[in-house]
Parts: sequence; C-alpha cells; structure tokens
Amino acid sequence: MAEALHMKHIVKVYSNGVMANKDVTLCVNQGEIHALSGENGAGKSTLMKILFGEEQATSGEIFVNGAKVNITSPQMAIGLGIGMVHQHFMLVPSLTVTENMIMGIEPKKGLLIDEKYARQQVEEIGKKYNLYIDPEKKVADLTVGQKQKVEILKALFRGAKILILDEPTAVLTPQETVELFEELKNLKKSGYTIIFISHKLNEIKELCDRITIIRRGVTMGVHQVASVTEEDISRLMVGRDVVLTIDKKPASPGKALIQVKNLRVVDENGNAQVDDVSFSLREGEILGIAGVEGNGQSQLVQAITGLGPYTSGSIMVNGQDIRGKSVQNIRDLKLAHIPEDRMTSGAAAKLSITENIIADKLGWKRFSGRGILKKKAIREYGDEMVRDYQILCKSQDVEIGSLSGGNIQKAVLARELSGEPKVIIANQPTRGVDVGATEFIRKQLIDMRDQKNGVLLITSDLNEVLGLSDSLIVLFEGKIVAYISDVSSMTEAQLGTYMLGIEKQEEAQIKEALHE
Amino acid sequence: MNILTYICSADFIYMWIRVATPILLAALGSVVCSKAGVVNLGLEGTMLISALFGVLGSVYGNSLFWGLLAGVAAAVIVSAIFAYFHLILQANNVLCGTAVNTMATGLTVFVLQLATGEKGNSSSLKSFAFPNIEIPLIKEIPVIGEVISGHNALTYVALLMVFLIYILMYKTPLGLRMRAVGENPDAASSVGQNVIQIRFIAILICGALTGLGGMYLSMGYLSMFVRDMTAGRGFIALAACSMGQATPIGALVSSMIFAFFDGLSNILQVLKIPSEFVQMLPYLATIIGLTVYSIQQSIRVKQRMKK
Repeated sequence: MAEALHMKHIVKVYSNGVMANKDVTLCVNQGEIHALSGENGAGKSTLMKILFGEEQATSGEIFVNGAKVNITSPQMAIGLGIGMVHQHFMLVPSLTVTENMIMGIEPKKGLLIDEKYARQQVEEIGKKYNLYIDPEKKVADLTVGQKQKVEILKALFRGAKILILDEPTAVLTPQETVELFEELKNLKKSGYTIIFISHKLNEIKELCDRITIIRRGVTMGVHQVASVTEEDISRLMVGRDVVLTIDKKPASPGKALIQVKNLRVVDENGNAQVDDVSFSLREGEILGIAGVEGNGQSQLVQAITGLGPYTSGSIMVNGQDIRGKSVQNIRDLKLAHIPEDRMTSGAAAKLSITENIIADKLGWKRFSGRGILKKKAIREYGDEMVRDYQILCKSQDVEIGSLSGGNIQKAVLARELSGEPKVIIANQPTRGVDVGATEFIRKQLIDMRDQKNGVLLITSDLNEVLGLSDSLIVLFEGKIVAYISDVSSMTEAQLGTYMLGIEKQEEAQIKEALHE
Repeated sequence: MNILTYICSADFIYMWIRVATPILLAALGSVVCSKAGVVNLGLEGTMLISALFGVLGSVYGNSLFWGLLAGVAAAVIVSAIFAYFHLILQANNVLCGTAVNTMATGLTVFVLQLATGEKGNSSSLKSFAFPNIEIPLIKEIPVIGEVISGHNALTYVALLMVFLIYILMYKTPLGLRMRAVGENPDAASSVGQNVIQIRFIAILICGALTGLGGMYLSMGYLSMFVRDMTAGRGFIALAACSMGQATPIGALVSSMIFAFFDGLSNILQVLKIPSEFVQMLPYLATIIGLTVYSIQQSIRVKQRMKK
C-alpha cells in the first residue's frame, strides 16, 4: 500500500524551551484509519499542528504522497489535501451550514454569492458521503454530532484526502459515536485516509487498522491494531520511565474532611461528566485521583471548590453541606485550592508576588483596617512568604507573571497553604514545573498531610500519583472504576488498565472509598 | 393637543427624515464594522473631519464633485489610520477611537482657521451643497409628496445604502467573510481567511459611509462647516447600530427612533418643557429597550439550558 503521509523524526521545541516532540515518526498508509494515541501532553496535538501548518517543526521531514513538503500555513495543508476536524469546532454559529461550508471558496454569480448552486453543492456532497445536514439550518441550532458532520464535510468540500480527527468522540453521545464510526468506515471505503486521535482503547480496537503510540514526545512504535492487546497499548502509553521514590511516613487517616456522595455533574449537552461519584477524603491522608485527562476530574474539582455547578448528590466539607455556598463560604470552611491552570485561575499575572499571596487575606485585621491596607505589615508578610516558600525573585514587588512556572506555583502554594487549611485540593500541582520546585511542592503537600490535614491530589503524572498518594481513586468516563486503599500495593500496569477502562473493580470495592 | 397634530403633520415627518439622515449613514457604517468584529468609536471624529473637508474640497475644487471626493477621502484616511493602529499595531480600540475624536475636534478648528482665519464657522467660504431632489409624480401627491419628495440627495443615498449594505453583508462573499470574522475569527482563519485584511476593509467601508453622514451636516443640512457641528451624532449612530442588533434594517429603525425624539425636542421647547429633558428621551428609550431585550435573551438562554 502506498504511503499517504510520512512524518520523519519530527522535533519541536517551543520558544519557552518546552520540548513537545523529541523524536516522532508517523507513517500513514493510503486508505487506512490510523490511530494516534498517547496521554495528554504526550505531543499528539503538537504533531498535528505541525502537519496542519499551524506550527513549524524545529527539525524533521514531512512527505505527503511521497513528495517532500514544507507546510507553513493551514492553507498550504488544505492545498495538499489535508483536512482537520478540530476538537473545538471551527464554525460560525449564526451562519447557516451552507455559509460555513463555502466560506472562502464561495461560488459566485456576478458579484453575489450563487446561493442556489452553493446549496446544491452542499446537499450533493452531504448525500454522497452519507453525512446529510439541512444546508439551510443555522449551525447554532445543530446538535454536537451534526456540527461535527459539518466540520468533516467542510474538510471534504475543500478537497481533503487525509482527514485528521482530534479526539472526535470526546464530545459525542454513545449513539453519535456509533454513527460517526459508520461514516468514517464509509469514507475509508471511498479511499480516504483518516488519522484518528484518541486514547479510548475500545474505539481504537473497533475502528482503526494501525496505531502509533507517543509517550512524552517519542514514538513508541507502530502496531497492527489486530495484533496488539489493549494491555500492550496501555503499557506503551502510560509506562513509567523512572520509578520515583518519595520519602514519607505511613499515613494514619482519621475522620472524614470531605465527603462526596452520589455526585453527578451533567453538562449543557446532557452528558454526565461526573457520574455517581462517592468518596471520602480523611484527615492525615493524601487521596490521589488518577485518570486520563478529561474523565471528569476538572468537573469534580470545580464542584467541590464551588467554581462549577453540580446536578445532584451532596458534598460535605468539614461536616457542612456546600450546596448553595459561594466560593468564599467554601474557602471559609478551611478549604484551599491549587488550581489546574495557574495562569488563568491561580494568579493575577500583572500583580506583584505579595499582592497575589495576600489576595485571599485582605479581610484579616493584620493587613487592613478601616478600608485601608496596612502596607508595612503586608510587606513584612510578603518577605516572610518569599523566604518560607523559597520563591526565587528579585523582590516581592515583581509582577508574578515574570517568574518561572515553578516559582509562580510556589507563590500560589504560599497563598493557599498559609491560611492554615484543613483540606487542600491540589490539581496538577507540579505540571510544567521544574524538578527543584516539584520536589519542594511535593514535600509541602506531605507536610500538610503529616499535620493531620487532608490532601486531594489530582494529577495526570503517574509517578506523582503513585509516589505521593496514600490511597487512590481512578476515574474513567466520570465514574470511579477503582479504589485502592493502599497505593504501595499497586503496580503501574494495573493502574493503566483501570485508567483506560479495560478493567473495573467490583462495586463493593469501589464503595469502600466512602469509608462508611 | 397641538403637539399631536404637529407630530402628525407633513412638516414634522419631513423634518424627522431630515434629522435621521446623518445618524443613519454613520449607523450603517457602524453596522459593517460591528459585523466584522470591530467597534469603531471614532465615528464622531470621522464625521466632523469629512464635514470640514467636504466643504473645503468643494470650495477649492470649485465643484460638488471635488467636495464629495475630498470629504469621503478624508474620512477613509482617518479610518485607515484608526485601522492601522487598532488592527496592525493592536492598540485598544477605545483608545484609538477616542484619539480620532479628540484629534478631529482640534484638527478641524485648526484647518478651518488656516483656510478662513476664523475659528467658528466657514460662512465666509462659498461651499457647494448637495441638491434637494424633487421626485416627479410623487411630489404631486398631497401629503405623501410633501413628506417623501424634496429631500436632500444624500437622504436618498442613505436609504439606498440600507439596501446596498444589506446586499453586501448577506449576499456577497465579502459580507459572508466579514460576518464570519466578526463572530469566530478562528473559524475564518482556519479556512485561510486573513482576519486583519477583512476587518481593515470593513473599517474603510465604515469610514466612507460615515463620511457621507458628516458631509450631509455641512453640505445639506447647512451649507457651511460649524465647529463641533456633529454634536454627538456619531455616538448616537453607535447606539443606533447596537440597538438595531447591527443589522441594516435595525439601524434604520433605531436611527428613526433617535431622530424622532431629536425632532420632538424642537417642538417641546415651545411648551416650556426643558429641551434637555426631551433630549434625554431617546437614551432613556434605549436603556429601557436594551433592558427588555436582555431580559428576553436571558430567559431564552435559560429555556435552552433546561432542554
């Protein structure tokens, strides 16, 4: 079979020094459905951005249909017959299906758009590929599945022969997924080449011919899907490079600090993002939440911290139901939150380090009186925090945004931990943080635990979740699929099978997470 | 009671249309900009500059044609400067718009003084004006003829523009691209559209329309330039555009609403109702209108969420 696409030894180093692709090779045959798989942050998206001309590779070669190409813009990629179906749809909601499809290549009659011909073309191509959508409908009125069809049609309409689908099933209901797979198989029969990005093993098994696995920017080889087991794939995807040992005393958990019962979070499309989740976080333990990203972790954290809604169930923090409480009320229950994205919700980039650290303490008598801030006390406190949390900076007055990721995270930690919390929600606390800061942050979290506080640790870093947690919950598609009360007995291979939904514990075992 | 009879009189309706013309032209310009995703706060200044340069062009070129050309060119150049700073240097649009407005106030007086030696108005120059047009046949019809016929040429141009801008926005490739760029620039650029280029064009079209509105003031409504003669019409046009949901028809309707209260304030002064109170009415109407609209919208969104 001829090669439709060959990306050889692609290296991508971003200007901030992050190496997203270290050595990736992807070879896709004509007329196959090729899975591209790997954990979040493994480098899949970067690779596809390079292919679609949105990013330039630092080094490496790309061949399309055997000819070497240099793709510098999406237009070029489109011209080469590459079409991208973005995970976040690139559609204009108030325009009709036809208008969205023809944009940029409108058929004309004189100066005006030839609406009749355009509609006819859109109708024809829809029928031809069994993806019919009413051309007159506004995109805003379509379901998610229909919008995705429009995206696929848009690419086909522009002459795409190689279709890239970026986690297309993430937003679909199960029925829509079945439908999508039918359509993709049809396209394959008509000779189209499809790159299917996913980490859902059952879907890959069902749909794809071959699979390329990327781990931390390096390809772990290409396999015939039929000849590898799901366990093989999971091992290749989530293997640990070095086993991390973290020094800590055995945990001695006490009473429950957070109790989540039958929690459900349903999004606006009616999909359950968190589905009947129950567990307790006890004092003196670090409870890890493992799972491939996008399996409900964010929604769970948002519900507990009051930043997002939940549909049903109950959440008790320090014995109080938080339903209807504001974020401030919940924080007053001695709950601290280290957010997932420190630049958007963890820190105000333009404010100084100290201003960020005291942002939640403005009501303290020590720092303000009669509506006026007490400059001197604040400065002293700022210096103290910078020293205690080893924040490397010229002075406490510099904009926090000018610091490195690790130091910003230390400042966030300083703010959250200095309020003497009982419960700490740490969401990806060491993501994008250098080795030194990572060690420091982990040590702080262990210290908090040893002082009889509870830490809920959400992380996609396997080393971290296995090394730091005392007990562990695994989330898959919004449900708890495993509860491990003693993490030291856990192997990474076993964890991988839970994370990818290959195995699930018995209900009784999962119920133990609640400790009732 | 005699207010009502006056409002219903042909004189009032004629005046109403007359007052609406400059607001409508600028509002249509704003429609094009808004659809493309740019809020052009510099309409006021653009109008003022074109009002002056229209007069000067016609005086020095000794014809209406040169006046028209100079007025439109001045407006387009000012808009191009706005677009350059806002789109290419990525300066804040509030800042750019305010700069255009502030500059226009000073620049027009300065140029006026250079040309005439006076700072107040250009009455010493003999400016050409756009002619009034009597429509044959229609003008013979009683009342309707009085209302519809005999308006300034630019008034008819403004009405024609409602139609032309509608065609431009909804029937041509450029219009489609402008609407796409305004609503989801990422979607447009993912199919190879140059967002900045399309927005630049939108700002220039807006400039030309606004320029016509400005010239109507100095070469139609009056036949001379008076300092600060726009008197907030650029801002009213912006409001009319938003109130009309940035559609050409909506802009027409809201311009007429604003103009109605503007016209009304002239009469009500006779009745010893303070004119400031009356002049407040269009804005009060806008606030009430927008409040009602937002409440409706939020109810609709909530209903959709429930589904």
